[in-house]
Amino acid sequence: MQLERDDLLKMYRLMLLARLLDERTWQLNRQGKAPFVISCQGHEAAQVGAAYALKPGKDWVVPYYRDLAVMLTIGFTPLDHMLGLLGRADDPNSGGRQMPSHYSHRKLNIVTHSSPTGSQVPHASGIGLAIKMRGDDAVVWTSFGEGTSSQGDVHEAMNLAGVYNLPVIFFCENNGYAISVPQKKQMGIENVADRAAGYGFPGVVVDGTDVIQVYEATAAAVERARRGEGPTLIEAKCLRLTAHSSDDNERTYRSPDELKAIRSQDPITRFTDYLMVEGILDEASQKRIREEVMAQINEATVMAERAPLPDPATLERHVYAEHEA
Amino acid sequence: MPEMNLLEAIRAGIDEMMAADERVYIIGEDVGKRGGVFRVTEGLVDKYGEMRVIDSPLAESIIVGSSIGAAMYGMRPIAEIQFADFIFPAFNQIVSEAARIRYRSNGAWDVPMVIRAPFGGGIHGALYHSQSVEAFFAHVPGLKVVVPSTPYDAKGLIKASIEDPDPVLFFEHKKLYRLIKGQVPEEDYRVPIGVADVKREGSDMTVLSYGLTLHQSLEAAEQLSAEGVEVEVVDLRTLRPLDKETILNSVRKTGKVLIAYEDNRFLGYGAELAAIISEEVFEHLDGPIMRVAGADVPAMPFSPPLEEAFMPSTEKIAAAMRELAGY
Repeated sequence: MQLERDDLLKMYRLMLLARLLDERTWQLNRQGKAPFVISCQGHEAAQVGAAYALKPGKDWVVPYYRDLAVMLTIGFTPLDHMLGLLGRADDPNSGGRQMPSHYSHRKLNIVTHSSPTGSQVPHASGIGLAIKMRGDDAVVWTSFGEGTSSQGDVHEAMNLAGVYNLPVIFFCENNGYAISVPQKKQMGIENVADRAAGYGFPGVVVDGTDVIQVYEATAAAVERARRGEGPTLIEAKCLRLTAHSSDDNERTYRSPDELKAIRSQDPITRFTDYLMVEGILDEASQKRIREEVMAQINEATVMAERAPLPDPATLERHVYAEHEA
Repeated sequence: MPEMNLLEAIRAGIDEMMAADERVYIIGEDVGKRGGVFRVTEGLVDKYGEMRVIDSPLAESIIVGSSIGAAMYGMRPIAEIQFADFIFPAFNQIVSEAARIRYRSNGAWDVPMVIRAPFGGGIHGALYHSQSVEAFFAHVPGLKVVVPSTPYDAKGLIKASIEDPDPVLFFEHKKLYRLIKGQVPEEDYRVPIGVADVKREGSDMTVLSYGLTLHQSLEAAEQLSAEGVEVEVVDLRTLRPLDKETILNSVRKTGKVLIAYEDNRFLGYGAELAAIISEEVFEHLDGPIMRVAGADVPAMPFSPPLEEAFMPSTEKIAAAMRELAGY
């Protein structure tokens, strides 16, 4: 699909929504209302670009905790995210059971994931296997950081996908850090994507601050998977503009110069500038979109804060099926 | 009604479920042409093809992890772990993923899958082909743990496990595979998960067991009967969820309990049984709750005298019965 002007504006709005919603979660954390925040800031172009190439509700999404912009692109609302952040009963991810940003939405085919990193990637290969066994037209997309690419589960998952030529898109969001550990201590190679050769499928490196480039690479991988030609590993070089989480302090391991330098590569500034140059966005429309997005976020914040907490009587529910087949 | 051994009964149950439901598939090491190293899946690849009897790469975490994904997609995977001893690379997938997916998604997702694994010793399998791993998994809410000990139960329980909406660990004692034969109906039937079975009635003491030690307990009970002590032998069949009613009713009747299991004694499955019995029917007890179990050493050695020293046996169980009968 060729991206039209409307697509670019939708992508811009999604990236901005993800950024401003993310910033709001930090404010709530600092106010003592949200015990834990983990951020997508710096990954918005990679995430919106990738998720925009999927068909929501048809394709399957097996994400990780940094994927707020993916969720919003597939169909999550800001309220959905806020309900999870504040552990409310109607949190669509888990009903307030999991830490925030542990995403799940059954109707949108967004698969629940956990905290031990990489454990979701074998599930994606299993979904790919099921799609192939059933002869369905769907594809499955899964994501992880470059640190997680060290996990055995990620290797095992890619290996199975390679053996059975499964319709899986492996999406590595490489921001250079696994909490505090830089990429050079994580692997002896420059590009995670190079590993794809070892599994017998293509590996592609893209600039994760360029939403259009990420979209095009993902769309090609999706088409390839739908044609039955098998998996692709896409590595998007991203920036982590925040600490790992609200419990981390990146100033203990990143230099002031580095932190300043990454600000100048902000994917949202980059896309804004592009849209302005192309005449797709102007000062007035930029201001209007920002106001609309902020209004959405403000409304979601108020609604989530008013939403009920889970009833302690529900603690023992859903351990096993409640209505046995 | 045909006579089958334990593994033929498991194969028959799987075959019937695969014929009836195209969502059911097998994945594991050597399950295809070789039919599994114990031959439980023999012939199934010819009948159902390579995409329903899938030879996996040699990696246990992906066997289980991919099955979890496929189960969430709507399939009914049967994951085979070649030996229970090799299940630990998949421990995280079983305990942190399969067991918790329903709970952590507030009931939105489920993982209807079976993980089959041969366990237990007495076959010169040494440290890594003999382990009993059931206690690790029976500890975890969200998992079901089934151990069939007779061919009839094995076919009925494997079918119930495949149909179950939650993840089921199905542990098959490998020494029983060809040792135990029995009548197995050809028609469709289930043995429900969570229901124990009194395999021998008696009034003087209760023995709780599963797996190889169940059969040793039945033999020992015959010896004690000749000595005038009537032992009731309860086959637990399911370790989680536990059929407390059958167990507690038997203890109320006999007043004495011996628990026989092959896993290491300390914090093995018998420990929980002893705790439940002393909490719930203490006033009915007429002697200490006793255990015959595997030795508290890291694993079962290879050399026959060492292996025998580790393993429970008919003689060890009979000796414990005599001691308990003395109270």
